[in-house]
Amino acid sequence: MVKDILKKSYSFLIYLFLYLPILLLILYSFNDSKYRGNWNGFTLRWYKELFNDTSIMTSLYYTFIIAALASIIATIIGTVTAFAINKMKPKSKTTFLNITYIPVVNPDIVIGVSLLALFTWLKMTLGLTTILIAHITFTIPYVVLSVLPKLRQLNPHLEEAALDLGASPLYAFFKVILPEIMPGIVTGALFAFTLSLDDFIVSFFTTGSGISTLSIKIYSMTKRGVSPKINALSTLMFLGVLILLLLIEKRTKKSK
Amino acid sequence: MKKKWLSIPYGIWAIMFTIVPLLLIAIYSFCSRSAYGQIVYKFTLDNYVKFMEPIYINVLITSLMLALKSTIICFLLGYPMAYILSRSDIKKRNLMMLLFVLPLWTNTLLRTYAWMGILREQGVINQVLMFLNIIDTPLKLLYTDKAVLLGMVYNFLPFMVLPIYSVLSKIEYNLIEASSDLGATSFHTFRKVILPLSLPGVVSGITMVFMPCVSTFVISDLLGGGQSILLGNLIQNQFLVARNWQFGSAISMIMMVIIIVSMKILGNKDREEGGKLW
Repeated sequence: MVKDILKKSYSFLIYLFLYLPILLLILYSFNDSKYRGNWNGFTLRWYKELFNDTSIMTSLYYTFIIAALASIIATIIGTVTAFAINKMKPKSKTTFLNITYIPVVNPDIVIGVSLLALFTWLKMTLGLTTILIAHITFTIPYVVLSVLPKLRQLNPHLEEAALDLGASPLYAFFKVILPEIMPGIVTGALFAFTLSLDDFIVSFFTTGSGISTLSIKIYSMTKRGVSPKINALSTLMFLGVLILLLLIEKRTKKSK
Repeated sequence: MKKKWLSIPYGIWAIMFTIVPLLLIAIYSFCSRSAYGQIVYKFTLDNYVKFMEPIYINVLITSLMLALKSTIICFLLGYPMAYILSRSDIKKRNLMMLLFVLPLWTNTLLRTYAWMGILREQGVINQVLMFLNIIDTPLKLLYTDKAVLLGMVYNFLPFMVLPIYSVLSKIEYNLIEASSDLGATSFHTFRKVILPLSLPGVVSGITMVFMPCVSTFVISDLLGGGQSILLGNLIQNQFLVARNWQFGSAISMIMMVIIIVSMKILGNKDREEGGKLW
């Protein structure tokens, strides 16, 4: 009994610690004052103004475009690479996996400055292309590492059976192998998407003039005070993710 | 079916965008500077010698100490939490896990920025304390090393909990029952059975917390406000403000060495992949 109360109160405190800043962010998005810290009554004004703020909307658009493109490209390259790694001999497998691991263990800031050095050396103009390349580079490994375990679990006779039954190699791939490893691919893609969405450091070093993602926009505001419009936007995004996760939760419960 | 050629696209990509950039940084770190600060391809150790100055060595020590402290705090706070999560009944567990990872999906910068609002002189903490008449003048909480430490713990605590949780939830319950059947107290069971079995999770938790702590510049920038300069801030400053890429590269090299060494110390045990978020 005492143990139970201890457990409950401990987890409550940890959750409070995790959610306190988020709750305050949400609270201030309804605050009728430009400045934080004093409550001037409830308003929905920031939500209205948010949609008329072209600069926030533009950065939101870029954030999602980059995340979508980067995760699609990274998922394709990563899945193909996982197939290749799975079929390699032990020696080349180790080498390839070690190279794949570099962006995972390398600190974000080193990834950022090293790519900045590369793009400058190649005389590339910093902008959408460079951010995109950077995001694809650091998300591919996560796709590879999500797909590989699924390939290892794959029954090697499945493909043979399909081929024996007269399927063409391509047909066998799409009808037999792909459905089997789909969960791994989806996990990898989600991983890539969320990492790209939340990234600040790598984007910060590889962006050029005029292209700013949401994180870069927020960072430039932190010095002067972040507009409540940003709070409104994060509240909407937070609710979006919450609803999405609850839906997934419901679906998995049903399928169980 | 030979699938060798499938490795070519990423092979080329990795060489272009992972290996060549790192080689560039390595080369720059040994390059000299012209009178205008341009990169001159002439071998020198100046950039590394410069790092030996007390000011930079102090930055190194501060960064390592802060990262160490936050890793320890994350472990002490995170292990019990992971344990509670792994022992909660299945019905509740999914919801508890979902609530636990949800904050990770809100913008990291914003969550760190929210702490600025909590710690400010007119912030939530000071207002509550003054209202309760515990203090008369606001405490200086923001722009201190402690604020940076708090920010690190806040940001990286989930990365300690998740790997430990995933190992703990795989431990056979029979083992724990067997241990208590054989007369072990619950403390004994924990020390002799649960803790040793959960070590791989602990190791990957420590790596996943220590590494971003050593290299962060955002948390120290926002919550330390220029008061606490860490390795990450130095690198950012050399590349974007001071425009001394050779020195910035040397610091990046030193940071990579620190990370490689600390990973070797922890032992390259099979790290739990973070794919347990879904």
